[in-house]
Parts: sequence; C-alpha cells; structure tokens
Amino acid sequence: MAKVELRDIRKTYHAEEIIKGVSLDINDEEFVVFVGPSGCGKSTLLRMIAGLEEISAGDLLIDGKRVNDIEPAKRGLAMVFQSYALYPHMNVYQNMEFGLKLAGMPEPERRQKINDVAKTLQLDSYLKHKPGQLSGGQRQRVAIGRAIVRNPKVFLFDEPLSNLDAALRGQMRVELATLHRRLKATTIYVTHDQVEAMTMADKIVVLQKGVVEQVGSPLELYHHPRNLFVARFIGSPPMNFLPVTVRSVTENGIVVALDHGAPVTVPVLPGETASAEAMTLGIRPEHIVLDPQGEITGTIRMVERLGALTLLHVALPDGALIIVQTDGDHGGEVDAPVGLRLLAENCHLFDARGMALTKLVRHRLAG
Amino acid sequence: MFRSWSLTMEAVIATPERVKRKSGAGVFLSPAVIILLIWSLIPLVLTLWYSFQNYNLVDPTLKGFAGFSNYVYLLTDPDFLYALLNTVLLVLGVLVISVGGGVLLAVLYDQDFFGRGIARVLVISPFFVMPTVSALLWKNLMLHPIYGVYSAFMRAIGLQPIDWLAHYPMQTVMMIVAWEWLPFAVLILLTAVQSLDHEQKEAARMDGAGPIARFRYIILPHLSRAITVVIMIETIYLLTVFAEISVTTSGGPGVASTNLAFLIYSRALLQFDIGGASAGGVIAIIIANIIAAFLVRAVARNLEA
Amino acid sequence: MARKTQLLPKIALGVVGWAVALWIFFPIFWMVLTGFKTEMDAISTPPHLIFHPTLQSYHDVFAQENYWHFTFNTVLMSVFATGGALLLGVPAAYSMAFFPGKRTRGTLLWMLSTRMLPPVGVLVPVYLIARSTHLLDTIIGLGIINLLTNLPIIVWMLYTFFKEVPVPILEAGRMDGANRWQEISVVLLPLALPGIASTALLSLILCWNEAFWSLNLTSSNAAPLASFIASFSSPEGLFFAKLSAASTLAVAPILVFGWFSQKQLVRGLTFGAVK
Repeated sequence: MAKVELRDIRKTYHAEEIIKGVSLDINDEEFVVFVGPSGCGKSTLLRMIAGLEEISAGDLLIDGKRVNDIEPAKRGLAMVFQSYALYPHMNVYQNMEFGLKLAGMPEPERRQKINDVAKTLQLDSYLKHKPGQLSGGQRQRVAIGRAIVRNPKVFLFDEPLSNLDAALRGQMRVELATLHRRLKATTIYVTHDQVEAMTMADKIVVLQKGVVEQVGSPLELYHHPRNLFVARFIGSPPMNFLPVTVRSVTENGIVVALDHGAPVTVPVLPGETASAEAMTLGIRPEHIVLDPQGEITGTIRMVERLGALTLLHVALPDGALIIVQTDGDHGGEVDAPVGLRLLAENCHLFDARGMALTKLVRHRLAG
Repeated sequence: MFRSWSLTMEAVIATPERVKRKSGAGVFLSPAVIILLIWSLIPLVLTLWYSFQNYNLVDPTLKGFAGFSNYVYLLTDPDFLYALLNTVLLVLGVLVISVGGGVLLAVLYDQDFFGRGIARVLVISPFFVMPTVSALLWKNLMLHPIYGVYSAFMRAIGLQPIDWLAHYPMQTVMMIVAWEWLPFAVLILLTAVQSLDHEQKEAARMDGAGPIARFRYIILPHLSRAITVVIMIETIYLLTVFAEISVTTSGGPGVASTNLAFLIYSRALLQFDIGGASAGGVIAIIIANIIAAFLVRAVARNLEA
Repeated sequence: MARKTQLLPKIALGVVGWAVALWIFFPIFWMVLTGFKTEMDAISTPPHLIFHPTLQSYHDVFAQENYWHFTFNTVLMSVFATGGALLLGVPAAYSMAFFPGKRTRGTLLWMLSTRMLPPVGVLVPVYLIARSTHLLDTIIGLGIINLLTNLPIIVWMLYTFFKEVPVPILEAGRMDGANRWQEISVVLLPLALPGIASTALLSLILCWNEAFWSLNLTSSNAAPLASFIASFSSPEGLFFAKLSAASTLAVAPILVFGWFSQKQLVRGLTFGAVK
C-alpha cells in the first residue's frame, strides 16, 4: 500500500513554530501512533499529513511523491475524526457513499462496496439510519466504514476513541487492531492515551512541544526511554524518580548512592560520567520489591487495591512518594514501615540534561 | 466608532484558529462587502455634498456652495433640538418598556398554564403587523377620542375620554412603537429563558433561593446576552422610526412628536429644501453613531462574557 | 396537599398569562372584527361586540384598489430581496465563519454599522440615484433597497448559524473530495438549513412590513401593500370599516405566515445570544 515520509516538516502559526522540524518514516502496513500530552502538536501533524493544515516548511512524501500541495482527497488518505464528523443530514449509507460519489465511482460498484463494508462492521441493519439515531459505538463504526470504503492507502485516526466509555474503548481497541491486521493499510493514529499507544502500535512516536522525543516499538519505549520525558509519559502507574549521586564508575555500570539508603549499581554505559555527578534514577513500580533487607526503607501512605495487583504509595525518609507494585494479596497497611529493594538491572539513569544513559543489556522484546 | 464595536463583538467573533484553504476566501466575502460599501458610501458622500449646497426644489435660482449655512440654520433651529430630544426619548422609552416588559413576559410564558402555546402566539403577533397598519389601528380604532375602544372604555367607567395623540403625542407614539417591539423582545427572551439549564434552577432551589432570588441571581444574568441583542437590534430600528409618526401625528402638534427622521423628511419632501434635509441627514448619521457607541459601551461587558 | 398548593398559583398564572395575551392581541382582533362591520356599526358608541357581519367593506376595498396588484408587488419584492440577500450573504458569512482573518471582525461590525444609517439621512441621494437609473417605482429598485437594508442583519444571522456547524464535518467533506462549492452546497447548507430558513423568514417579514422606502420610492407601478394601506388612510373621508378591512388584507398573509413559522423564526432571532 503506502509509505509515508516526513522530511523536516514544520508548522508556523503567527510567527510561532508549533511543529519544529519532524522527520519520520512510516513504512507500508505499519501502525504508527503519535502520542503526547495535549498541545504537543500530534493532531496538527496528523492534519498536515491529511492536507487539512498547510505545511509551512519541509516535504511530505507518500509513496515517494511529494504531496504538500495536493488536495486532501487526492492524497489517497481517509480520516476518522475525534467527533466522528458524520454528515448528520445523511443516513449511514449516504455517509459512506458521499466520497465515492464525488470520486465518480459508478452506482453498482458503490452499492457493492458499501454493503460489504457495512457487513464486516455489523452496520448492515443500520444503513437507513441517520447518525443521530445511532449509539456512540455505532457512529464510531460508521466513521470507520466511511474511511474504509474509499480504499485509502493510509488511514488517519484523530483520537477516535476518546468519546467512548471505558468498556467500549477497550472493545474498539481490539476491533481496530484486528481490522488493521486484515486490511494491512498503513495507519497513523493520534492519541493522548498511552494505553492505546502501547496496545495497538507497531511504532510509537512520542511528541512534545512540536518535537519528536522518541520513535520506537512500544516495549522499546517502555524499557529504553531515551529521556526523562518519555520515561515519565509511557507506563501506568508512572515510573518513580529518585535523585542520586554517582559514587563510582565500574565495568558493571555506575554505582550511585540514594539520598537515604545503600548504593545501587545500575548496568549502563558510563559515557563521560564523572564521580559525584548528580543524576536521576528511574524505576518502574513493578521493579521494586518488598524486602526488609532492601536498599531503602519507607512508610506506606496509601494502599490501592486493584484486585490482581496492589499499589503501595510509600513515603521515603526525605518525604518523596514512590509507587510500588505488589501482588493482589499483599496485606500492606497504611503507616506500616517497609523495606524496598530496587531491581538494579531494571533501573534507568538520566543525566543532568534528562537524557538516559544507554543500558548494557537490551530488553529481549525491545527489538 | 469601530473601535468600540470591535471590543463589544469580541465574543461574537472570537474564533479558534482554523485552517485556511489555499485560495483566498475573500472572493466569497467581496460581493457582499463591495455592494454594502457602495450602498453606505455613495449616498453618504452625496448627502455630504448636498448638505453644503444651496439646493431647494421650489427655488431653482438659489444655487451654489452654501458653506456651513445649512448646518448653522439647522443647529440653531429649536425644532431640531426638540426633534433630537424626541429621538432619544423614543429610543430609550421603547427600550425600557420592551426590555422590562419582555423579561417579565418571558418568565410568565415560560410557566406552564392552560393554552400557553396559543397565548404566546397572540403575544408575538404585533411583531408581524406592518408599522403603518399598527399606527392606523391605534390612532383610529383604539385611541380615537370619539370612536376609539379606549375612549368607550373610559366613558364606561365614568371618565372623560382623552385625545391621546393631541395631548400626549410623544408618549402615545412611544406606546404604539413599544406595542410593536415588545413581542420581538418576548420572542428572543423567552427562547433564552427556555434555554436555561433546569439543573441550575434546581440547584438554586436546593440552595434555598425563592422565586425572586432565582429571578434576580439565576434568570436575569442568564438573559443578559439576549437582552443585549434585543437592545442592539431594536435600537437600529427605533432610531429610524418614521411611519408611526407620519401616520398618527405628522410630527405634531407643532413639533411635539417630531423625531429626527421625521424632521428631515418634512424638510426634504414638504419644504423641498434638499440642502437642509441633507445637513439633517448628516447630523442624524452622526447622532446614530454616537448613540450606538454609548449603547454598545454600556452593554459591552455582556457580549464579551 | 402538595397538589393543592400548586394548583392555585397555576390557575392564577394562567389567568394573568391569558389576560396579558388578550390585551396585547386585542387591537388586531378588533381590527379584524371592524372589517366585518358596516361603517355605522364601526363608529357606534359604545362599540358593538355583537353585530351583523357584512362583507361590504371588503367589496368596497376591492372595488377601490387592486389588492392583488399590491400583494403581488409585495411578495415579488420580498422574495427578490430575500433571495438576493441570501445569495450574497451565504458566501460572505461562510468565509467569515470558517476563514476568519484579521479584518473579519471589523468587516462584520462595519456591515452592522451601515444598518444604523437612518434611511431618511440618505433619502435624497437614493431618490435621485433611483430616478436617474430608472429604478424609481420598480419592484427591482425597491427590492434592491430592501436587500441592502437587510443584508447586514442577514449576514450576521447566517454567521452565527455557520459558527455552530462543527468544522470537522466540513473537513470530512474535504477529505471525501468535496470542492468548495460542494462543501457549501452539499455539506454546509443542509446542516445550516434551519438557520437559513429562519433568516429568510425574518427577511421576508422585514421586507413585507417596510414602509419608509416603499412610500418614498414607489408611486403606482411597484407600490407594495404599505402604499395600499396609505391610500385608505387619508384623513378626509376616513372610513373605519373599510380601513380595517384593508388593513386586515394587508396584514393577514404575513401574520398567518408568522404564526406558522414562529418556532422556526425564533431559532434565528436570537443572533447567537442563546446557547
């Protein structure tokens, strides 16, 4: 189907740069998710690819052809909007037909196509309904159907699930992933929800303030975040961060000292790390284990029981709160003292500029 | 003028940033703009031009540049000041009646009672009646000192009928105009009242607000934008009231019920003084803008909310 | 108990509501009634509520003036002015609502401010221009004036309606390959149809009831109903019943039209003030 290439794409609004030079290759059949906090420019970037926003500078290539100045409909894309943007005055059939009609597809062919798509999306009994008569999930399907019938080279999704309730969102996530596996169309998907990003993406693009922070597979981002921002953004509950001081540099990694507790050896490439340097140690809640002999001690401040898991919010001697994930049967009580051991091989170290130090061993699923 | 307007309209026009299609959308705007530009400029320029000319249709010998004499003549004419005062009175009076009454009636017809729908239709009906007809109607059928219904009513309760248009010409004209514009206010304000969130009213009740407190603190603030719209639209029309005066009193007795619109009309068409009438027109335009600017400033906060 | 305490205020409200409504409507009711009276009944004191209805006044009115000629003129002029204003107003409102620029606000305000020009202020030049372009006493001429007078308000109303249309729907149209014309005609206009309808209604009502230009720019040929009424209102030989019949004839079409369309009309009259 199609390869999409972004070459130093920029967007300027009123002399303010919103997208600050994004370069990206999106391969054929790939499911790429743009993720980032609101205002990071992910939607703008998607809309520039769609042709709804002008590209201020840089080149956008689809299958090697520059499409900066090509009308949206002629780029061979289809888009699913956050609000679905169905035509309220047309019924489901007409909604899906509109684009085909404008493209000059003959009637019998259109009918065939719409009926096929409607069947696969279980919309066949709603074809005569207007969008106003449908539930949120059905409207969502119509919006997807409207995109599919056009047989686009690339699918664009702009936060398509954010208007659905939690249960439906989970269901649509699976449906979208299945659909992608079947259609094998290149897909660009924008969301602020990192769960959607993690579960669906082949490749995640993390954006912040118009800049790409990191591009990689979900587990690559999870296990090898390039900087503090990505480390903080990916993962729920979020990674814990502790200030540390470098004690020494060894061939097994860097030995760092916590403010209150025993030193930890983090297996990373030292680079130009110097002794006594201040750094940030990052560790995910599931990589801290309860151990009375552990490096640090703290007091349980809150217990969140999720059933399968229990999250302990633990206050360290200096007052900082960290989250520790334990199994669902843990009997922790508020105000009880706990000892914690950090799994050193899963620790991350970030230098003063917030950049991660390269780990000695890559995670086996991180690619 | 434009400055104050633009402040006011901030809320109406403030738009999130949107994508531009490549070709200029100005092409779509321009026909309307150009045609309105012509419409507002050419007559304005011509009026300005005539206002500095000696130009009387019945006296062709009087010609040529008149300087400011038309203006001086007009501004020193007591009739003019009287007409100016009447114009302002008419606008303010009708606004007070129609907005005040409109708010009360809007709340009244928001209540549920038998036949409410039909009662509403009856109330808004005067808005559809052309000004000439309503003026004739009131002058002859309602207020005629001998045959009018109101006179008959006064006799029936033992009072002496009043020749309203002769004795209270300006107030009577104001009343007739208010009868025409009250329905408009009701129409808009009723829609606004109905759009009030029920939960808000219920929350106020939970907070212990009685009907008057609910009206004062919930309904009235909710109506402020709609009231602003009523005031703006009505002012546009009230500044130019003409038919009602022409039909009922012809501006009289004397100039008791002459507003600027009627004064200029009588200068131009009854005295054939094009120069003087044009000077009056220029002044009317200036005054309309001044009133509008004041008005707009007064209600600006409401539109910005 | 609770029912009882609520019933009384409800009845009281009903009484007040109906009393006010009847009082406001009374002049119109009386006008219609008087139209069916004889001239003698019409000026009887005290006025009769019960009388022998007669169509005499209507006969007289039709004999004196060609009612259909005036009505035809009014309808034609109103439709022409409204259609023309929509034709100019829709593209203008479209570009202001969806492609606002630095000057958009100023333009809209300026348009509204042209509406504040007292017509009488420019009567003389407009009259002279109309005379020299042979538009005096023509339906087109009067239509153009009404079009121009109403255009700012029409643009404003359309603008507020268009602003309510969700932009993503138009963008979806663009993604589907709609060109600008299709975007307006197939996507935007059907969506904004209720608003456009109420805009058109208001414009029709304003045109129908316009008196100033009607009386000053037409004489016989293109005279609309406003002039028709004027011919029955000369102080000498004023006949109440005939005047009432003529007034009823002039008002009835737009009044009935207004009754039926009031729900539709209300939507647009709020000028975006009701959210």
